[in-house]
Order: sequence, then C-alpha cells, then structure tokens
Amino acid sequence: MHNIDLTVIWAGIIAFAVCAYVVLDGFDLGIGILFPAFQVGAERDQAMNAIAPVWDGNETWLVMGGGGLFAAFPLAYAIVLPATYPLIIAMLLGLTFRGVAFEFRWRNAGHRPFWDIGFCVGSATAALAQGMTLGAILQGVHVENEASAGGWLDWLSPFTVLTGLSVLTGYGLLGATWLVFKTTGTTQQCARRLALWLGAGTLVAMTAVSAATPFLAYDYWRRWFSLPGVILTAQVPLLVVIAAIFFFLSLRRGAELLPFLIALGLFLLGFVGLGISIYPYAVPRVLTLWDAAAPPQSQSFMLAGATVIIPIILLYTAWSYWVFRGKVSTHGFHE
Amino acid sequence: MGDFDPTILARAQFAFTVSFHFIFPSFTIGLASYLMVLEGLWLKTGSGIYANLYRYWLKIFAVVFGMGVVSGLVMSYEFGTNWSVFATKAGPIVGPLMAYEVMTAFFLEAGFLGVMLFGISKVGKGLHFLATCMVALGTLISTTWIISVNSWMQTPMGYAINAKGQFVPAGSWLSIIFNPSFPFRLCHTVLAAYLTTSLVIGAVGAWHLLTDCSNPGARRMFSMAMWMAAIVTPIQIFAGDTQGLNTFEHQPAKLLAMEGDFEPSPHGAPLILFGLPSNALGRVLYKVEVPHIGSLILKHDPFASMPGLKQFPREHWPPVAIVFWSFRIMVGLGFAMLTLGGASLLARWRKSLYDWPWLHRAAVMMGPAGFVAVIAGWTTTEVGRQPYTVYGLLLTSQSHSPLAAPAVAASLLAFVLVYCGAFGAGIYYLLCMMARPPEAQEAEPASIPERVAGISPAFPVGAPLAAADPSDA
Repeated sequence: MHNIDLTVIWAGIIAFAVCAYVVLDGFDLGIGILFPAFQVGAERDQAMNAIAPVWDGNETWLVMGGGGLFAAFPLAYAIVLPATYPLIIAMLLGLTFRGVAFEFRWRNAGHRPFWDIGFCVGSATAALAQGMTLGAILQGVHVENEASAGGWLDWLSPFTVLTGLSVLTGYGLLGATWLVFKTTGTTQQCARRLALWLGAGTLVAMTAVSAATPFLAYDYWRRWFSLPGVILTAQVPLLVVIAAIFFFLSLRRGAELLPFLIALGLFLLGFVGLGISIYPYAVPRVLTLWDAAAPPQSQSFMLAGATVIIPIILLYTAWSYWVFRGKVSTHGFHE
Repeated sequence: MGDFDPTILARAQFAFTVSFHFIFPSFTIGLASYLMVLEGLWLKTGSGIYANLYRYWLKIFAVVFGMGVVSGLVMSYEFGTNWSVFATKAGPIVGPLMAYEVMTAFFLEAGFLGVMLFGISKVGKGLHFLATCMVALGTLISTTWIISVNSWMQTPMGYAINAKGQFVPAGSWLSIIFNPSFPFRLCHTVLAAYLTTSLVIGAVGAWHLLTDCSNPGARRMFSMAMWMAAIVTPIQIFAGDTQGLNTFEHQPAKLLAMEGDFEPSPHGAPLILFGLPSNALGRVLYKVEVPHIGSLILKHDPFASMPGLKQFPREHWPPVAIVFWSFRIMVGLGFAMLTLGGASLLARWRKSLYDWPWLHRAAVMMGPAGFVAVIAGWTTTEVGRQPYTVYGLLLTSQSHSPLAAPAVAASLLAFVLVYCGAFGAGIYYLLCMMARPPEAQEAEPASIPERVAGISPAFPVGAPLAAADPSDA
C-alpha cells in the first residue's frame, strides 16, 4: 500500500512538472512560432526580451519531466522514448536551435535574420514534435516483453498530425497572450490580433482532439461516455466553453493579463481531459503506473528531497518573475 | 546502411553529443566561480577593474551557458532514446541521482541566471552577488551529482538485483552516492574545469598583452589566470595520480590498458612511454619504455609485481589503443600546463609577467589545452569502462534500445550538422568576443536604460565603447 501511494504521488509530481513545462515553455515557444508575424526591429526585440530572463528556467521543467520519468518510472521512459525516437530527436534539435538563438542573434547584426529564422523554425519544430509525441502516446505504443517493439515510424498517423498542430496552435496562443501582457504599442496590437485567431484555432483543435480520442480505443470511449462517469467528465467541455466566452470578452475589452490567465486555464482543462483518458496508465493500455514504477526505495528517496526542494524552486522562480515584472521596454535587456 | 550495426551508431551518437556537451560545462563551471570571485572582489575593494572584468566575462558566460543548457538537455533524453535497456535496469539507481541534479542544480542555475545576466539594475548589488553565487554553486552541485552517477557506473556499490533484472538500492543511498571512485573523480573533474577556464582566461589576457602590454584588464586577468594555473596544476597532477591508484584497485583492466601492460610483470613493470597497442596481437608494437618506473608509480616500489591484461578474459579488454593514447594526451598536456605555470612563476619573480612575449605566446597556445585534456581524460575513463556500461555487470552490447539503423543514422547525421552549425557559430562568436580587448568601461550585457545603478558606472549605456576613457580603470 505504501508503494501505491508513492507511485501516485510521483505520477502527480511528474504531471505537475509537465504541466509547468507546457504552460511556461509554451509561451516561450509560442513567441518563437509567432516571431515572423512581428516586424524586424523593435517589435521582434521586444518579443524576445519578454522571455529572455526566464526561458532557461522554463525549459528546466522539461528536464524535470524527463528526468523524473526516468527516475520514478524507468520502464515508461524506456518504452516511450525509443517508440517516438525521431520525434524526440527532432524536438531536441529544434530546442537547440531556438535556445542558442537567444544569445546569438545579439552577437552579430548581419547574422540576425538567420537566427530569427532558427528561433522560429526551432520553436515550431519542438512544439510540433511535442504534440505528436503526445498523440503517439495516446494512440498507443506497440510493446513486447516490456520493450518498444514497433517500427520507427509507427507514431506517424493523422491523429498525431492533429495533436502536433493542436499543440503548435495552443503554444502560439500562450505566446500571443503573454505578449499582450508584457508589451506595449504595435507589438501588443499585433499580439492581440494574433491571440484572437489563435484562441479560435485552439478551441477548434481542442474540439477535434477531444472528438477523435474516444475513437482511438474503446477504453477511452468508456471513460468519457459511460454513466455515471459522464456526469463528471462532461464538466470539462462545459468549463472549456465558459472559459472560451470569457477569453474573447476579455480580449475585446482590452484586458492585458486576463487573456493569458484564461489561456492557461484552457491548457489546464486540456490536462484534466488527458488525465481522464490516461490514468492510471503510464503507457496507455499497456503499462500501468505501478507496472512502470521504480522500487519504493528509489521513489521515497527522491520524495524526501522533492517535498523540500520543489517549493523552494517555486519560490525563487516566482522571485525571478517578480524581478522582471512589468512591461518590457523597447530597449530591453540587450543592446 | 544495412551493414551498420545500430549499436555502433548509437554509441557514436552518444559519444559525439556528450563530448560536444562537456566542452561547455567544463568552461562554465570554472567561469561561474571566476565571475563570483570577480564580483566579490569588486564589492570588497570597490575597484572598477573587477567590475569591468566581470562584465567582459559575463557576456561570454551567457553564450557558453546557453550552449551548455541546450546540449545538456539532449543528454537527459538520449538515455531513453538510445539506451533504454540501461535506463530500465539502472534507472532505479541513477535516475534518482539525476533527478536530484535537476532539482538542486539545474533549477538553481536557471532561476538565478536571468537575474545574473539582466538584473543588476533591478535588484541591487547584494542580491545580484547572491545570484552570481547561486549560479556558481549550481554548477558545482550539478557536477557533484553527475559525477556520482558516472562513478557509480564505473564502481557500482550498494545495489541489489531484483527479479526484473533491475539494479535497486540495497540499503543506504550514501553507499551509492559515495561509491569508491566518486571522491577522486569529483576532485579531478572540478580541478580540470578550473584549470581549463584559467587557461582560456590566461590565453585571452596574453593575446591582448601581446598587442598592448599596458591594458589593465588584460594584465589583471592574465595574472589571476597564471596564479590559478601555477597552483592548481600540481594539485591536479596529484589528484590524477590518486585517481589512477583508485582505478587500479577497482578497475584493474582499465588501468592496465592505460599503461599498455598486456603481459604480467612479476619483477616490476616498465613505464611504456609510446607505442602502438594492438588488441588483436595482445602487445604494444614499437614501444619505448623505461624499466621499473611503472611499478614505481603505481606501487611506489620499482620491483613490485604487476598484473597484465592477459590475466583477464580477452572479451573483457577495453580497446587498448584508444585508452592508451587518450591517457597520454591528457598527461602530456598536464605537464605542459605545469611548465606554463612554472614559467609564469619565474616571470613573476623576474618581474616580467606582463612583458615577456614568449610566455604570452605560450599561454595563447595553451588556451584550448584544457578542453583537449578534458575530452582525452573522459575518453580514457569511458572507453576504459568498455565493454560495460555498469562496470562488470551490464554489457554495453546489452544496454541499447531496440534501434532501427535508419533512424539512428539519420539522427546522428542531424546531430553532427546541427551541432557543427549551431555550436560552430557559437564558438565563432565567442572568439570574436574574446578578440576584443577588455575596455575600461565594459557595457553591461543587460543594458536597461532606466535606473542604471550598481555595477554599472555612471556612463551612458549604449554610447559607443570607444568613447570611454581607458585611463580610469
């Protein structure tokens, strides 16, 4: 029983890390995805400076998610990563390009257009790959003898393309609303226009993924539509509709922070939906959390540290955001 | 393509990405500490020259750190993509150590990096210094955990093997973390990072002294770097020697490969200086050796008997030629560093530290030596661990993922192209930044127009650097 509790706690911690990653790096990557929509010069510099001091910390949650999975659920880590090999590599290469662009674009004005492209393409590649990985996990991984046994392109399907595009759109929405919050002038106006379209796109994408998921496997169908569970699960789409109404209202009334918060809310609802579809599996329909779990000695050793350290991390991360609060000026952090 | 063994491709990919990655932390570990010292000295003495040097190296740090972060992220996923059997089996032991690295080090570095780079005008001197210290501390904590992981793979302790064939903790985590080779390897790695950084700083200082031996920034950085090289190199050679003795105790086959000792030597082993070791023939061709010195170094007795690789099953031998030569490159460079440090002491004594061009040329030549030595050292220890991933327990040939050759080959190619392109450009930018002499009024990397305070002197940010008066540093 002790082990079961630990395993659920670790699933919760990793879900939290992934969630933190998606919302935090989501707006970073989103700004990268939208980068070409901003004019060369002050607008782009402003967009970049809105995330320059925080992107590294945001990306660390991805290491926490991956590292946590490795440590707490080694079997899930060892199955999912080989099964989605090309996607993971594409994500890593994309993150490499957009990560170095943060510093490189300021080093040589002549090279700047190139690194701006790298920033955009890298961000978009990473977002697509992450979305498609999610889709691949949902649609199922072929496993034999507790190892990935599928072909190396098994993950590619219309459904994964759909999830990839959905995450791309969703990150774009987070990026646009973050810029509405952090910038002024023409940059903000441009971001507000983009947010409107991306908000609509994200809702379409959420609807499409939600509609397609139950058809992937009967298990998903049963989870969402069988009585009495449906009374609870139906709340998720209901809340999405309410959030959507407030999102468009807030955007029209010129609110600055609220659109970003509502976009976060939409993502969280998406997460709850995923949780309903996946729990209690680590690899859907193949491996439960307990099948994949590391032994209790490993999980309890990490938990001792995590309960103390993660709150401290949240404190100093919050402090860092507080230091860089307010609007970014056009001059920003770099010359 | 079908002829390629995907395991070899996966190993090549891991070796390429990890080697490229480690170049950056071996510099940022040292540079973060150096920046901490510079800012501390500035706060203590109020001398502007330290503030200037801080800003000069901070801009370089930002670029190197970014490359370290993105290349490190790759590593944390490659364990799963390429080495999933290793990940499953060793995950319960090494996973938690790496999770602690993320929680105690990566977040600390990332959380305070923004303030360190861009926050001087927002938080004031004291808090900014705290941020610098936290970043430096983060790099050291990170080193500690990852070396613990690597050392456990070399000298596994405190484990049991469960029904699934996984390594699981058998008792105290302390025996896992403080496994027998960990303290030696941690010292050796941290000292290597400090030495590598001091050689780079020394080379940059020397480069500018060659054109202008009165540049105060160049003088100060060169002097600091040469003190470091002179003091740390002998300590590092001693640390390397103790690590060698530790390797001899726990991984004798690796040490014998480093020495090139195929045959046992009952009456004292020679020291083989050079030669071409051959695994197939089981001997060293064309060898140049000094009798009895091998036993003298390893057993402190010229006539002590030494074992030979031939006492171990041939399939447990590492590739001897690689280990033998990478070890010699590292040791050779170590002695070159010792010579440079010694020469700098001589120059100091002769009061010609700043106007002895040959010393400066030598220091410039030695600028990249630390990186080469670090990579050679890691090659020695990692190739020397073969044919195992977990020494003596888990074979490399049984650790890899179910891999498809086309996927691994394509990704290897992509890594080579992207790394050479992105990091090649990064290294070019670094060299451009280093080629610029330290000005008397270095601009902030973070030029925030309003409320400029703290480390930035009363100087209009954004004005051309040439406008600054170099005399007031």
